[in-house]
Amino acid sequence: MNNSLLSILIQNMLINNVVLIQFLGICSFLGVSKQMKPSASLGGAVIFVITIASAVASLLYDFVLKPLGLDYMKTIVFILVIAALVQVVEMFLKKTSPAVYKALGIYLPLITTNCAVLGVALTNVQNEYNFIESIVAGFGTALGYTIAIVLLAGIRSRINEADLPKPLRGAPIVLICAALMSIAFMGFAGLS
Amino acid sequence: MKKNQNQNPYLERLFNGLIKENPVLVLMLGMCPALAVSTSASNGLGMGLSTTAVLIVSNIVISLLRKLIPDEVRLPAFIVVVATLVTIVELVTQAYLPALYAALGIYIPLIVVNCIILGRAEAYASKNGPDVSAFDGLGMGLGFTFALTLAGLIRELIGAGTIFGNQVLPESVEPIGIFVKAPGAFMVFALIIIVQNALGIRTRQRQLVEDGCTGMCATCKISCATGEAVQKARDEKKRMEEEARAAAIAAAKAAKEAKEREKAAQAAAAAAGAAKEGKEVQQ
Repeated sequence: MNNSLLSILIQNMLINNVVLIQFLGICSFLGVSKQMKPSASLGGAVIFVITIASAVASLLYDFVLKPLGLDYMKTIVFILVIAALVQVVEMFLKKTSPAVYKALGIYLPLITTNCAVLGVALTNVQNEYNFIESIVAGFGTALGYTIAIVLLAGIRSRINEADLPKPLRGAPIVLICAALMSIAFMGFAGLS
Repeated sequence: MKKNQNQNPYLERLFNGLIKENPVLVLMLGMCPALAVSTSASNGLGMGLSTTAVLIVSNIVISLLRKLIPDEVRLPAFIVVVATLVTIVELVTQAYLPALYAALGIYIPLIVVNCIILGRAEAYASKNGPDVSAFDGLGMGLGFTFALTLAGLIRELIGAGTIFGNQVLPESVEPIGIFVKAPGAFMVFALIIIVQNALGIRTRQRQLVEDGCTGMCATCKISCATGEAVQKARDEKKRMEEEARAAAIAAAKAAKEAKEREKAAQAAAAAAGAAKEGKEVQQ
């Protein structure tokens, strides 16, 4: 598969879907997907944070860690940078655009330890993406996360009205839905 | 049994981590790596043991530093400790266990964001001495390893017909390949929880999917805590909600009463005015 930007986007959004194929960010995927609106807001916040985080991580890796030969430090540096970045983004949004902050604000701190953010930064480094490619990959991954969580929220709002056998209620039926969604997303592997 | 546990805190910690508060099967923590690397029993075992190593050492280090780290910066400090240990484990596996390193890939550095580790640091190691903290880490780590290996065993057996790489099912039985792929992970964990539910084993799963776990374990008050604390947090939430409702009702009542009083006063004034007017007219 050639490394054009579109193919990177599709690759990260659908073929290697971050939640359903790579299992990153499962906690919030299962926890916040109860209703449609919070899921969409969380998706928006994740798009915002992952795109910025992958840009910053890519710059840091290419211009600081790699020239100094410190690439084994990437895990420590990335996690600290992501934690700090989320704080800065939160403060910046609070000051400059209260409307956006109101919509995404409460979800921003939740993302700090969401493994998807660190996962994207590390995958970008592993795939040797340059700056632009990292941003596109980050955006695609986050878009894939949003698609998955909004779809699951839609399914769950229907399941709430179903009469399920008792042992299936709660987590099992959500996991089974996720499994079926994952099977569907495996079909995208034909695109690569 | 209970007496025995009280007598030996180390054994109690091991039992707690393995069975009573098994991080994956009971507390539903660390689901990301549990789903991702349980493709075979040996991968699950490898991931479990790597996490156990990080967990034991991070618990010891954080327990030793617990009086030195100021409260305000404790989470970043914990993250630095854990990230350093994870980097060490990553380099060691890369050097001595290249096959495992290739199989686990990105999930080794992602041990940093495993809820269990920061959760234990916050809930246990930062409040207890290094010896019991080490055993707490060992118990929790072994519990995690047990769950991952169990899921790995099931997936490998159904999906590839092997156990730890040895052919078990006869060749004539066609393995169901999807169980070692991504959907199988969701399926197997769904099945495990269904069995637990059917047997009446209490888990935190309802809380995870209904009350909304946010994935922010480090600062979440109810994550990784004991079942007791979970219940307490829930009661607290309920109590606060009720109080808020009572306050709202009281406020509404007060407002209504004030309004009524005002109305009554107005009516009285109006009546008085009318009476006065009437008197004036009479005069």
